Amino acid sequence: MSELNKNIAEYSLRIGDTSLILGQRLAEWCGHGPILEEDIALTNVSLDLIGQARAFLTYAGENEGLNRSEDDLAFLREAREYKNRLMAEQPNGDYAQTMIRQFFLSVYQYYFFTELMKSKDATLAALAEKSLKEVTYHVRHSSEWVIRFGDGTEESHVRTLEAIDTLWKYTGDLFETDHVDIDLVKAGIAVDMNVVRGNWDKKINEVFEKATLTVPEDSFMIGGSIKGLHSEHLGHLLSEMQVLPRSFPGVEW
Amino acid sequence: MLSTKFSEKEIYDLIADIPDPEIPVITIEDLGILREVKIEDGKVKVFITPTYSGCPAMKAIENDIADILRKNEINSFEVKTVFAPVWTTDWISDEAKEKLRKYGISPPEKSSSDKNILLNKHVRCPQCNSENTVLISQFGSTACKALYKCQDCLEPFDHFKCH
Repeated sequence: MSELNKNIAEYSLRIGDTSLILGQRLAEWCGHGPILEEDIALTNVSLDLIGQARAFLTYAGENEGLNRSEDDLAFLREAREYKNRLMAEQPNGDYAQTMIRQFFLSVYQYYFFTELMKSKDATLAALAEKSLKEVTYHVRHSSEWVIRFGDGTEESHVRTLEAIDTLWKYTGDLFETDHVDIDLVKAGIAVDMNVVRGNWDKKINEVFEKATLTVPEDSFMIGGSIKGLHSEHLGHLLSEMQVLPRSFPGVEW
Repeated sequence: MLSTKFSEKEIYDLIADIPDPEIPVITIEDLGILREVKIEDGKVKVFITPTYSGCPAMKAIENDIADILRKNEINSFEVKTVFAPVWTTDWISDEAKEKLRKYGISPPEKSSSDKNILLNKHVRCPQCNSENTVLISQFGSTACKALYKCQDCLEPFDHFKCH
């Protein structure tokens, strides 16, 4: 496999892993949602994300040339091999934390996929176009909750501020890039993260203003996801997600 | 080696009437899920495309296609999922939209190419045709539907979301 294929594999892995890990986190809410409609909403969003992950991981597998399927990639990699953005693996916490995390990531995915639709790689462009339609609904759903919580009761306002305080330090990681991005941007395949960042900042500010919330002053950021450096939470998440295929190698539905 | 006595068109017709597993009043052809049938080197290739990335019905549809092919003694085949061009609700035929409405599901409107239409639109009640409806939940009984309520006849109903 060429250097280009390797880069495309790595790039697809980052996209697919972020969708997969966030999808797994949301699935933890299944049967525990605060109201029936929200239980259904979060599992639907989870389903969209896992569907996206399947397509991007399959494409990563085709490009890396190691003959690994979407299942091999999802179930047989260690935490250090995962390339999901750190935000996705953060615990659900209360509903404010789940929704702030969702809002940050859905807005990120929205502008990321908007740019990726222009990719010269036809598969990535098509997957981006498909994912974008789904993410459009996720942005609306999470924005509405952020506004309702922020501009709601004193209690919901305080809890939302706490959630922002917990999660803000992972927002820088969303936009980290390395040589894979640089090479693929040159080839017209990857997106310019500065554009994504600019649009993301604008949208976060706009919704926070409606929600009577303020964007924190830039502070200490934790990064490293694209190098496989994760928070402690990912290992625990993977142990639950991977237990079945690891206990019964080669198991099929 | 020729594995089948059927032409591409005949094979397409054999599987076109497979009902959607979750909305059995419409077929995979109506929905635009069935893209193409090709015969290459004696091997039948069926191309399908998902409506939603995570649509859990895709596996069931693949199995249904495989069953019909095997029943017709077509054993050398492959069902492939393709993503480009991207499926949109515009591919649902007008006839199928009418079938959806009669079944009690408010069909999607044209056109999904404008993203504003995804979110801002009037949804008609499939029972009484009123436009006086409200969104109960953006996410409904399946990934492709939202839950609405009619303010006139007071019936809740599913709406097939624009994509």
